[in-house]
Amino acid sequence: MSTLIQPPLPGLAAPPAEAFLRFENVSKVYPTAKGPYPVLDGIDLSVNESEFMCVIGHSGCGKSTLLNMVSGFATPSDGRVVLHGSAITKPGPDRMVVFQGYALLPWFSAYENVYLAIDSVKPDLPEREKREITREHLAMVGLTEAADKKIPQLSGGMKQRVAIARALAIRPEVLILDEPFGALDAITKEELQEELLTIWNTQKCTVLMITHDIDEALFLADRLVMMTNGPAAKIGEILDITFPRPRNREEIMEDPLYYDLRNQALDFLYSRFAHDDTE
Amino acid sequence: MVSINTTRKGASTNPFSKLLRSTGNWLPPFLGVGSFLLVWQILSMTGLIALPAPTSLFTEERTRNLIFYPFYDRGGLDKGLFWQTMASLGRVAQGYTLAALVGIGVGITIGLKPGINRAFDPLFQFLRMVAPLAWVPIALVLFQKNQPAAIFVIFITAVWPILINTAEGVRQIPQDYRNVALVLQMSSRRFFTKVLIPSALPYIFTGLRISIGLAWLAIIAAEIVMPGTVGIGFFIWDAYQQNYVGEIVLGVIWIGAIGLVLDRLMAWLQTRISAGQ
Repeated sequence: MSTLIQPPLPGLAAPPAEAFLRFENVSKVYPTAKGPYPVLDGIDLSVNESEFMCVIGHSGCGKSTLLNMVSGFATPSDGRVVLHGSAITKPGPDRMVVFQGYALLPWFSAYENVYLAIDSVKPDLPEREKREITREHLAMVGLTEAADKKIPQLSGGMKQRVAIARALAIRPEVLILDEPFGALDAITKEELQEELLTIWNTQKCTVLMITHDIDEALFLADRLVMMTNGPAAKIGEILDITFPRPRNREEIMEDPLYYDLRNQALDFLYSRFAHDDTE
Repeated sequence: MVSINTTRKGASTNPFSKLLRSTGNWLPPFLGVGSFLLVWQILSMTGLIALPAPTSLFTEERTRNLIFYPFYDRGGLDKGLFWQTMASLGRVAQGYTLAALVGIGVGITIGLKPGINRAFDPLFQFLRMVAPLAWVPIALVLFQKNQPAAIFVIFITAVWPILINTAEGVRQIPQDYRNVALVLQMSSRRFFTKVLIPSALPYIFTGLRISIGLAWLAIIAAEIVMPGTVGIGFFIWDAYQQNYVGEIVLGVIWIGAIGLVLDRLMAWLQTRISAGQ
C-alpha cells in the first residue's frame, strides 16, 4: 500500500544508511589463463524492501554475476553485498533463485518439486500445512490440474510456472530471476509476467530480475538498472519507472512517459553502449 | 492421413506382401545363424575340423541326455546342466551383489570427493585391467578355499564398471540441481535420496549391465581352474579332461545363452528404470 501513496524516491540522495539490500563498492575479478579478468567494477546500489528491480545490459556485462552475489553463488572480489546489515557469504532460502534452465528435478512431479522445497526449508511445519502451501502456490500459477505431471511432460511455460511456485512457496525475502521468460513464446511470456506481478502484489518480496527485454522491465519494475559493457562493467544509469500499481499493460503503453523511458533505455543500450560484436 | 492408411491397408491384404513384411524381422538372423550351422556341419563332416557337427549333439547319447534331462542329479559332480548352471549363478549372485554394494558405495564417494578420486584413480585404472583369470591364483592364495575364491574373482572383475560409472554419474549431476540443493540448504541425506541417487541412476545401471556380463565371464574362468566344484565352468573343463568334445560344445552354447538372458534382463530393468523417470 505504501508504494502506491509515495512512489519510491528517485536515487538522488545518498542511499539511506539502513538500506534493505546494498552493494557496497562491489568488484568481481575472475582469474583466467590470460590473467585476471575484471567483470564488475565498483558497483554501488541500494535496493529497498519490496522493490521490484530489473537489470538490463548486453551479454557478458556481468548481470548474472551481480545477482549471483546476492544469491551467494559468487562472492565479491572486493567490497560486499549486505542484506539486513550483514554480508552475504553463501546461498540460503531467504534469497531464492528462479534458475535460467528452471532447475526442476525431472524425476518428480510439479507437486513434488514444490513440496520438496518447502519440506527442505521448513521441515518442522506440520505435514498438512506443507501440503496446503504446495497446493496454494501451484494454484497461484494455474497448475492445479497439472500438479501430478512429471516435469518432462510439461511445456516450457508450465515448467517456469513450477519454478516460480517453488521459489515463492518458501517465502523468500529476495526473489532472484535470471532471464526467466527468455525462452518462452510472446503470449506465454506476457501471461507469466502478469501472473508474476499478481503474486508479487500479494507477497511483496524484493525482486531482482535480469532481462533482455525493455518492455518487460517497464511493465514489471520499479527501477531499471542499466549496465555498461564489460569488462569492468559498472552501473550506467538507473531509470525510475513510476507507473502506478496495479499496472495494466494497455494503460501504461498509452502513457507518454512509457515512450520517454523506452527511448532512454534504447538510447543507452544501442547508442551509448552499443555492443561492438554481434552475438 | 486417412486415405494413405486405407491404401496401405489395401496393399497389405495381398498375402504375399504380408508374408514378406513379417519375414523381414526374423529372416535375416535365421539365415545368418542357419548358414553358420551349415558351414560348421559341412566342415565337421568332411573332417576339416575336429569339432563334432551340430547334429551330433542330438545323435550322440551323452549330449542328448544332457539336453533332454537338465534336472537329473546323481550326487557329487554328476548333475544336469540346470544344476550346474544354478551353482554357477549362485556364485555370480553373491560376487555380483558384493560388487554392486561396494561399487556403488565407493563410486558415490569418489564422485563426490575429487581428492579421494585423484588419490585412488590410478590404482583403480590399474586393477581393472587385470584379467579375471589372473585373479584366480591370488584369490586361491588369499582365501585357501575354492568357494570364497570364486566369489572374490567375480567381485573383483565386476566391481570396476559399477564403480567407475557410478562415480561418473555423480560427477554428471547438473550444477543446477546442486545449486537448488544449496539454496534450499538440503540436508545431505535429503540431497542423497532426492537428487543424487535419481540423477546418477541411469549411469549406475549402465555399470550394472556391463558388470553382469563380466561377472558371468569371470565365473567360467574361475571354475575352470577350480577342480571339484559343481558349476558350468568346471563341467566344461571336466568334459575336456575326459575328451567328451560334444559336452564342451554343449556347455559353451549353454553359457552363451545364459549370458544373453542375463544381459537382456539387465537391459529390461534399465528401460524400466529410465521409463520411471
